[in-house]
Amino acid sequence: MNDKPEKLIDKKGLRLDGRKLDELRPVKLQVGVISNADGSAYIEHGKNKILVGVYGPREVHPKHLALPDRAVVKCRYHMAPFSVQERKSPAPSRREIELSKVIRESLEPAIFMEYYPRTMIDVFIEVLQADGGTRCASITAAALALADSGIPMRDLVVACAAGKVEDKIVLDLMDTEDKVGSADVPVALMPNLNAVTLLQMDGTLSTDEFESAVNLALEGCKQIYVLQKEALRIKYVNVKEENKEEAEE
Amino acid sequence: MAAVITKVKQKQIAQLIDNGKRLDGRELTEYREIKIEQGIIEKAEGSARVLLGKTEVVVGVKIETGEPFSDTPNEGVLTVNVELVPLASPGFEPGPPDESSIELARIVDRGIRESKAIDTGKLCVVPGKKVFVVFVDVYVLNHDGNLIDASALAAMAALLNAKMGKYEVEDGEVKMKSGYEPLPLRKHPITVTCAKISDKLVVDPWLEEEQVMDARISIAFDDDENICAIQKGGSGYFEPKQVFEAARIAKEKSRELRKKLNW
Repeated sequence: MNDKPEKLIDKKGLRLDGRKLDELRPVKLQVGVISNADGSAYIEHGKNKILVGVYGPREVHPKHLALPDRAVVKCRYHMAPFSVQERKSPAPSRREIELSKVIRESLEPAIFMEYYPRTMIDVFIEVLQADGGTRCASITAAALALADSGIPMRDLVVACAAGKVEDKIVLDLMDTEDKVGSADVPVALMPNLNAVTLLQMDGTLSTDEFESAVNLALEGCKQIYVLQKEALRIKYVNVKEENKEEAEE
Repeated sequence: MAAVITKVKQKQIAQLIDNGKRLDGRELTEYREIKIEQGIIEKAEGSARVLLGKTEVVVGVKIETGEPFSDTPNEGVLTVNVELVPLASPGFEPGPPDESSIELARIVDRGIRESKAIDTGKLCVVPGKKVFVVFVDVYVLNHDGNLIDASALAAMAALLNAKMGKYEVEDGEVKMKSGYEPLPLRKHPITVTCAKISDKLVVDPWLEEEQVMDARISIAFDDDENICAIQKGGSGYFEPKQVFEAARIAKEKSRELRKKLNW
């Protein structure tokens, strides 16, 4: 409870985990990790560990939700009971319901929903371990899982947060910085279209600080975007090699 | 949600906005008429009715004692709930709160909480054991668009109207005395919502504009003109420069509203 660190940024300008102000946590991405799902992805963003599975386009359930001119996208963001320090009840909290909605709305602009009328696309996000910035990491992984499922997309969606810690604008807040810091601004971006698809903020920022926080978060997004594309590419390189091996046998 | 609007009207609204006009004759950055009435529910500790054009929202504030959260043992608790009551729109259905009402409640909550509007330190009775819990219940009575700004205004107006009975603490129990005092407030957040239609930003979208919009962004400003909460909604997107433009528009509109309301 009172284990608040005295300083979040030391004299050298380094943060609790030794990062610079504008440095991301290590990000590891993997595509095609669930054999049952139509598309799937796994992300490790710092200590965040999140798994995303995509099912669809498939029959709409319940049926009355079907739309005549486009697919329905459903999204469930859920945290495992063991993902946080104190056990979280597995029942969906109000926070999780809100996040499911904003994550869905951050992915929808990327999907050609009009290609699949009267169908449903399910995006299931399970947070296995949380350490600040789970909504952003979830979006990054969910976009990869959608791409992996073969659903046509305008662009990948990639998300990253910036915030204010001890009067400094910093990139990619971890849990402690999020809780003790004075503001958090998660941003999701479709880099090729320069389109912001998620934007939230809590805390206190002047309008100038807000602008620099958004710009910093956008830079972070662009860095992760490179890793995202690489993860997709690697999957198909692996598939190709597997095929080659099979052919040789 | 399910209210129907014809394609012809959708097109008309979008085309007008493209030319800088709106179907109801407003400027792009003009609010509808705002009416605020306070103290309309005598049994609630605080209450307010806000009319934003034809959108109508009533907020009741109840204050009771309860347990604090373990990470803030010396602070009172704020709870915001939104009921989209079925009489307010053909699209609202009875039942447990759905994602729209939860999102709306959390946007209103965030504006009040992040601006530190309520001095929760003054709502502690026995540290770690007993504090005052402020329940803000938002009742949407007629949905004609922009529930976010209407609800945020009504919630703040009801909090400003709220009175607490004077009390003293005896053996860890609250004993009421005669007389009242106002709820301790420090800030007055104001939330401004912009919708993106035809690639233009429009303030205070009404129902039919909401059905045409690509996306919306709601920005709350505190008394010092700092941003304290933001929420983007809708299945569209904003370009970064539109986000910054929305912040500028919202800042200006919140200043204007603050002056008008004398908050």
